[in-house]
Amino acid sequence: MKAIVRPILNWLDERFGAGSIEEFLRHKTVPLHRHTIWYYFGGMTLFLFIVQVLTGILLLLYYRPTPEDAYESVQYIVTQVRFGWLIRSIHSWSANLMIFTAFVHMFSVFFLKAYRKPRELTWITGMLLLFLAMGFGFSGYLLPWNTLAFFATKVGTEMAGAVPIVGKWMLIFLRGGEEVTGATLTRFFGFHVAVLPGLATTLLAAHLLLVQRLGMSVPPGVEQAIKEGRQEARSMPFFPNFLLRDIIGWYAALGVLGALAAIFPWELGAKADPFVAAPAGIRPEWYFLFMFQTLKLIPAKVLFLEGEFAGILVFSLAAAVWVIVPFLDYRAGFGRVTRFFTGLGIFVLVFMGVMSLLALR
Amino acid sequence: MNKFAALLLLLLSGALLAFGEAPKDSCVTCHSALDGKQSEPAKKFDSDIHRQAGLGCADCHGGDRNDDSMNAMSPAKGFRGAPKKTQIPEFCARCHSDIAYMHRYNPKMRADQLSQYLTSVHGKRLKQGDTKVAACVDCHSVHDILAVSDSRAPVYPMNVATTCGHCHSDPAHMKGYNIPTDQVEKYSKSVHAQMIAQGDTSAPTCTTCHGNHGATPPGVASVANVCGTCHVFFAQLFEKSPHQAAFTKMGLPGCVQCHSNHEIVKPSDDWVGTGPNSVCMNCHAAGDKGFAAAQKIAGDIARLKTFLGRAEDTLTTAEHSGMEVSTPKVELASAHEALVKARVIVHSFNPAEVQKLTDQGTEISRKAYQAGVVALEERDVRRKGLGVSLIFIVLAISGLYLKIRQIESRPSS
Repeated sequence: MKAIVRPILNWLDERFGAGSIEEFLRHKTVPLHRHTIWYYFGGMTLFLFIVQVLTGILLLLYYRPTPEDAYESVQYIVTQVRFGWLIRSIHSWSANLMIFTAFVHMFSVFFLKAYRKPRELTWITGMLLLFLAMGFGFSGYLLPWNTLAFFATKVGTEMAGAVPIVGKWMLIFLRGGEEVTGATLTRFFGFHVAVLPGLATTLLAAHLLLVQRLGMSVPPGVEQAIKEGRQEARSMPFFPNFLLRDIIGWYAALGVLGALAAIFPWELGAKADPFVAAPAGIRPEWYFLFMFQTLKLIPAKVLFLEGEFAGILVFSLAAAVWVIVPFLDYRAGFGRVTRFFTGLGIFVLVFMGVMSLLALR
Repeated sequence: MNKFAALLLLLLSGALLAFGEAPKDSCVTCHSALDGKQSEPAKKFDSDIHRQAGLGCADCHGGDRNDDSMNAMSPAKGFRGAPKKTQIPEFCARCHSDIAYMHRYNPKMRADQLSQYLTSVHGKRLKQGDTKVAACVDCHSVHDILAVSDSRAPVYPMNVATTCGHCHSDPAHMKGYNIPTDQVEKYSKSVHAQMIAQGDTSAPTCTTCHGNHGATPPGVASVANVCGTCHVFFAQLFEKSPHQAAFTKMGLPGCVQCHSNHEIVKPSDDWVGTGPNSVCMNCHAAGDKGFAAAQKIAGDIARLKTFLGRAEDTLTTAEHSGMEVSTPKVELASAHEALVKARVIVHSFNPAEVQKLTDQGTEISRKAYQAGVVALEERDVRRKGLGVSLIFIVLAISGLYLKIRQIESRPSS
């Protein structure tokens, strides 16, 4: 093995200095403490994203993005294409798992205050990546062109129309017209396979570079304990120790994905018919449920604002606050834990959980 | 004084104008003020269709509606009074058989009710002096007559059975006529009654088969024609079948022989064949041609049902396991259709005709079943493949774990 790898690395080093990368990787370490387990979730999200890209490319070989053919092409993939059923189900399940691990990664970073100085940009690029992931989920959901997808998209894009002044334009931009039609499908397909991947790659590159550049953050509590001598500063080499453990996790994830695909294959549903009424109890995918449920519970009018708009406004402001949290919780940069932000995080987590469960009832 | 009188006159005429909506009808005015039975007609008359057409009491009973005195009811003023039971049909027909008169109110209205009624059992018996039979007012009510299309009318399709049942279900009333009194009770158990109850006013009720004014039970020979008014295809099949001639010869009442007349329930497949619930066995016996035919027909239908059920079960299992079987499911619908058609063709009593359809349905069911079996086999292959890949994954994870242990057990350089 070494006889093959070494000459290749030397060849690359002579041409673009791969040796410095190799050097860097050799010296990269990962802090060891009781919260080390959370370090794995970023890599897990990256692994699942790679799974999405690979399975997505394979699906792209057969998928046809028009209302006449979309459903039939997915049906063809799952019934006629060799292992098409596996690739399609893995793609659908992995999308959900990826968004789940992204949320876990985000919340672990939040509670462990890894966003504090100097890692503010890592946090911001990460938050943008999370929004992109949800955009991937929303745009991809429409592509099979079945009843659930069609009406979930109709309801979801309707929300955009609730924003005053720009709402109408936003709705038309998203739908490619007034209603959800073939134009919407083409547009969402373009977003899903070109626009969002382009943006995601750029942001991902920035995010990963920043992580390598700044190293792994140690939680303030552990940092303090080390400073006070109550705890030893331990670490493990990234390569190969941490990476091998990462790979164990990735193999386990692969096993879970395979099991889900084989035992709980993603359903095809019925082809979308724009002229029928929306199915009773239509709701979006689980990661949008908390917003959906909140909007359902808001009264028709809040003060002088339309209820729906008030809800969207609150969520937008909340998201904006969440993105700039490193600047609000600047004290964390001095190693000081501000309980308010921990409390805020717990509130947000509980709120999202409760609303999601209510929506499932 | 003159000014005062003029003012009074003005006020009076104003009052008269204000309250002068309906034309003056002294009959209603006086009779409403009376007690008990005398006031009933006047009080009921508000909702009557004749009143809405602008007619009053005098238009039927004669007399003078503008006369407030008892003179209004004098024969000189054409007063006819209340007709006796036996006079009722002609009493109503005075207008209702006058086509020119009726068409002033409703151009589509028929004017042959009396002539039809006189052909009916009710009409004939009334002419003989039997006052227990139904005449116009027994079905249509009197003084509060509603249009047939009004859902509150006793002759509205949903209410017809109850109206007929007022007499025909009363054993005391029907004593001496030697006809059953359980028709309404039996009818209420029928599919036709269920359809009516669900609001389908095109479903048959008593008058649909028996007629309304010319009510006559259909004769034995005409039963199939009556049922065939709606069940056209069945009547045509029956007519061409060997049963038509045989039933006619034996004086058997066609459809009613197997399906009953009033208690027409949803038939089940075990009515055909040689089993305990079979209607064929009412006439046929082991060894005769009919017995063999019944056996063959029942056997073919049972076979189709078996194959259909098997295919459905397999496809459902496959679907619940997550396999994509929408195409075979759609194709299986044709087998269902074949079963429905076979049940219709039974009425030709020709085993070969029935077999054509059951063979079709069985072939489709077989193919669908095969598709289901293939889907389940594929499911098993996938699960086995999953098992194998999980083994490899576990091996890989174990290998990695051991490698980690190996690396970390080395003293650090």
